[in-house]
Amino acid sequence: MKRTGPLAALFLREIRVARRIGGGGAMGVMFFLALVTIVPFAVGPDLNLLSRIGPAILWIAALLATLLGLDRLFQADHEDGSLDLLLSADTPLELVVLVKCLAHWTATGLPLVVAAPLFGFMLAQEPAAMAALAVSLLVGTPALAMIGAIGAALTVTLRRGGLLMAILILPLAIPILIFGVSAASAATSATTPFVTPFLILCALSLAALALAPFAAAAALRHMSE
Amino acid sequence: MLKYANPTLFLGLVSRVWPWLAGLSALALAIGLWGAFFSAPPDYQQGQTVRIMYIHVPAAWLSMFCYAAMTASALGTLVWRHPLADAAQKAAAPIGAVFTFICLVTGSLWGKPMWGTWWVWDARLTSVLILFVIYLGLIALWRTIEDPSRAARAAAILTLVGVVNLPIIKFSVDWWNTLHQPASVFRLGGPTIAPSMLWPLLVMALAFTLIFTTLHLLATRNEILRRRVRRLSIQAAAAGHAPEAPAHRLTPTRVSS
Repeated sequence: MKRTGPLAALFLREIRVARRIGGGGAMGVMFFLALVTIVPFAVGPDLNLLSRIGPAILWIAALLATLLGLDRLFQADHEDGSLDLLLSADTPLELVVLVKCLAHWTATGLPLVVAAPLFGFMLAQEPAAMAALAVSLLVGTPALAMIGAIGAALTVTLRRGGLLMAILILPLAIPILIFGVSAASAATSATTPFVTPFLILCALSLAALALAPFAAAAALRHMSE
Repeated sequence: MLKYANPTLFLGLVSRVWPWLAGLSALALAIGLWGAFFSAPPDYQQGQTVRIMYIHVPAAWLSMFCYAAMTASALGTLVWRHPLADAAQKAAAPIGAVFTFICLVTGSLWGKPMWGTWWVWDARLTSVLILFVIYLGLIALWRTIEDPSRAARAAAILTLVGVVNLPIIKFSVDWWNTLHQPASVFRLGGPTIAPSMLWPLLVMALAFTLIFTTLHLLATRNEILRRRVRRLSIQAAAAGHAPEAPAHRLTPTRVSS
C-alpha cells in the first residue's frame, strides 16, 4: 500500500466522502443552475437587464452554493468521532482545517468556477465579462470557503447550526462579494478598471487563507472540549 | 483594581457605584440635551436638522466603543478564561446593538432632509449596518449555545474575527468617496466644528458613555446572578432526581440527626 502524508490522505478522504455523499460537485452545480434558472422568472427575461446584473446573480449563487453543505464540514467528523482524532493528532489543527477547506472548495467551488461561463450564456454575458467572472470566482470562492469554515467551526456542536452559521458569516463575506462583483462587472464597463478590485479580491483571499485557519482551529478546540 | 475581577467583590462594587453613575448620566444627559436643543445655534446650511447630530454622533461612537469593550472582554475570555469577562462580553452585545440601531435610525432621519434619501449604500452606512448584523449574530450565538462558558468562547472568537470591521467603519469616509461627511471632531489639526456646537456634542458623548457604563455594569451583574441561579437550579435538579445525592446540602437548617 502506498504511503501518503497525513494531510494528503485527509485531502483524498474528504474528496472521496464528498463524491460519495451528495454527489460532490454535481450537486453544487445543479443548485447553481436552479438559482440561475429562477432569476429570469423573478426579474423578467429582459436580456439587457440580465446582462447588467448577471455578474451579481452568479456571485450570489456562488455564495449560497458555498454555504451548501458547509455546516457539515466539521459536524460529520464531530458526530462520528474522527474530529477527536484530528484534534489529538500531531498534525497541526490549523493545517487540517486548511486542507479540509481546500477539499471542500475543490468539491464545490471549483466546479462552479468551471461551470460559470456556461451560466454566463444564459444571462447574456459578453465573452470578456465571462472570462472576468470566471477569474474573479476562481480567486474569490476560496475566501468564502475559509470564512465559512470559521462559522462551521463555531456551530460544530449545534444540531441545527446551518441557519445560525449563515447569519454569522454572511456579514463577513460582504467585502468579498463587493470586490468580486465589481471586478466581474468592470470587464464590460469602460469607467472602472478591472485590475484594482481584482487585486483587492486577491488580497482578501490570501488574508483569509492565512488567518481563517487559526480562528477556525481555535473555535474547534474550544467547542469540542 | 484587579481584585474586582472576583465576581463577589464586583457585585459589591456595582451595588455601591451604580446609583452615582445613574445620577451622573441623568445630569450629563440633561445638560447635553439642553445644550443641544436650546443653547447650540442652528446650522447655517442645515438649519434645525443639525440637532439630530447630538444623538446620532454619540450613538455612533458608542456603537464602536461597545464593540471595542467586547473585544477586550473576548481577550479576557480566551486568554485568562475569566468568568467576569464572559459575563461582561455577553452583557455588552445587546447594548451595543441598540446604540448601533439608534445610530442607523437617526442617520436615516437626518439623511432624508439632507441627502434626499433615507438610505444610500455608501461605505460608512454599509459598514455600520454590517456592525449591526454582527451584533445580532453574536446575540444569536449566545442564545443558541446552551453551556455558558462554551458560548462565551464561541462568541469571543467571532468578536475577534469581526473586529476587522471597526477600522473599516472609522476610515471608510477617508478611503472611499462617500456621501457621509468625513471626521470633524477627532482629526489631525483639531476639530472643524464651531465651539458653540462642539461642547453640547461632547457633553452628549459623555452622557452616552455614562449611560453605557451604567447599563453595562448592571447587565453584567444580572448575568452573574443569572449564572448563579442556573448553577443552583442544576444542583437542585441533581439532588432531587439522583437518590444518592445528599439532600441536606440544599436544606442544611432542617437536618437534625
